[in-house]
Amino acid sequence: MNTRAVRAVARKDLRIALRNKGVVLPIIIVPLIMMILMPALMIFLPIYLEPMETGEELRREMGAFFANMPAELYNLFAGLNDQQTWVVIASMFMFAPFFLIIPVMVSSVIGADSFAGEKERKTLEALLYTPITSAELFIGKVLAAFLPAMVVSWACFVLYTVVVNAAGLMVLGRMFFPNLAWIVLILWVVPAAAALGIGVIVLVSAKAKSFQDAYQMSGLVVIPIILLLFGQMGGILYFSTPTVALIGLAIWAVDAALLTLAVRTFGRGEIIARL
Amino acid sequence: MPEWVIETHNLTRHFGALVAVHGLNLQIARGEVFGFLGPNGAGKTTTVRLLNGVLNPTAGEIRVLGMDPIAQGPAVRRRTGVLTESPALYEPLSARENLLIFGELYDVPPDVLRRRVDELLEMFELTARADDKVAGYSKGMKQRLALARALIHAPDILFLDEPTAGLDPEAARQVTELIEHLSQEEGRTIFLCTHNLVEAERLCDRVGVIHRGELIAVGTPEELARRIWHGHGIVVRLGRPLPAEALASLKRLEGVAQVEVENSDLHILLDQEHRTPAVVRALVEAGAEIYAVRPREHSLEDIYFQLQANARGGSA
Repeated sequence: MNTRAVRAVARKDLRIALRNKGVVLPIIIVPLIMMILMPALMIFLPIYLEPMETGEELRREMGAFFANMPAELYNLFAGLNDQQTWVVIASMFMFAPFFLIIPVMVSSVIGADSFAGEKERKTLEALLYTPITSAELFIGKVLAAFLPAMVVSWACFVLYTVVVNAAGLMVLGRMFFPNLAWIVLILWVVPAAAALGIGVIVLVSAKAKSFQDAYQMSGLVVIPIILLLFGQMGGILYFSTPTVALIGLAIWAVDAALLTLAVRTFGRGEIIARL
Repeated sequence: MPEWVIETHNLTRHFGALVAVHGLNLQIARGEVFGFLGPNGAGKTTTVRLLNGVLNPTAGEIRVLGMDPIAQGPAVRRRTGVLTESPALYEPLSARENLLIFGELYDVPPDVLRRRVDELLEMFELTARADDKVAGYSKGMKQRLALARALIHAPDILFLDEPTAGLDPEAARQVTELIEHLSQEEGRTIFLCTHNLVEAERLCDRVGVIHRGELIAVGTPEELARRIWHGHGIVVRLGRPLPAEALASLKRLEGVAQVEVENSDLHILLDQEHRTPAVVRALVEAGAEIYAVRPREHSLEDIYFQLQANARGGSA
């Protein structure tokens, strides 16, 4: 493995992607809205609404959600009033699925530029005439999308932790975030989600004619995640450590399948045939 | 015996039912400029891809610098440079960035690479704009940069696919001069795909003509001319047209195979060169006013079109 060539490919793909407004804008704006603005509004706003004595009323309203909740989670709410219950529910459960959308979004938008965009701009052929192997080229391009997805997701996580704990200090008088389930989410599920975005974008790019095409087609990946999000909110899935670990495992399994297929579309002969 | 840096034996590539290259036998010597001529779609680009191990052949054998591009693709590509038909540069990046990236892909050592990039920018007259985005370059500048990129690792063999296509005459001349320099001063082997015959005539030691995937002729332009037009051609420039009966008796002279009148010129095909004095004497005796007599030289263009016409006739 020629790591210098791999790094050269990753660096140039990233540099080119970051000079494309269509890539940079969603990478900055989407996380800012989803992970900073929305959480800040949803967690802080109710704090200024009229306080309740106990958390019973809120728990009654979200009946099914609490009724079927595993004891591990239910204990989180023991002795909390409405405000406190809300802060914990919102910060612990509601935004977790967004942390799957961010890495998928970042890796697929950069991946779309690196795989489909390079095809669209017809610069791939010159690369194929260099000594780089197809595997090295593939790894370089995957890294160009994967690493920024991780950096952006983890940066979002740090900022989110600050926002959530600020609310925690005000309402609960302590910092309560993150718990084990969140750590598993960030270290195990987020990388899997980033890889998912790449796997899909490579397959889609083999067919897509342009960066825009590929990125739009890859929207199909985000839809199941949105479904997962509603499942979470509707109380079908609970954000417990084992659930998170299992979701991660499931995504990694899909990743393995997608990347195996993706590598097959990326032999020299296959690429040349599509130029 | 020359050292062959490219050899193919019965090289064939099909794409489904389409035969892109058929039974190609080539031998190219070190230091040679070889012109690969043919119309669009004749199989030139496919041949370059096959020789660089980017595409695998359906049948046949290839040796490039003594290596097999199928099994040793990266090792072959380390020593070949390719200028693709479209420059395929990274337009959002600068010339310097483009060259540095490719230097890294070719694994040129970092200290050598910096120096090499500066040298190439200088040689291709890009130093002043080296750090500007390539997107703002003229076509000619882009083509020079693409050529510099193909040379970043000082390759033994340089493949040039239509290097002057789409350039204005000034830019085309610059690129042609650079190619001349690379061959004459630096002694590189050059495999030049082109349908620009003037360019081929100026640059190439030998040419091969490809038609529908098949090599229909290989040799120096003179060799090819001799093969197509048997005998010796002369052109006689006359002051006034020759009377009809003089023309008829000229055609009856021994050794005269063909006579054609073109404006004030007579194009005469002789079986051998030594018939020339007898023909000139006969013309003088018939009262012809002769301004000049010269051997007829076939341009590469004549040769090429004749070969293409023969090939079409043969395959029709």
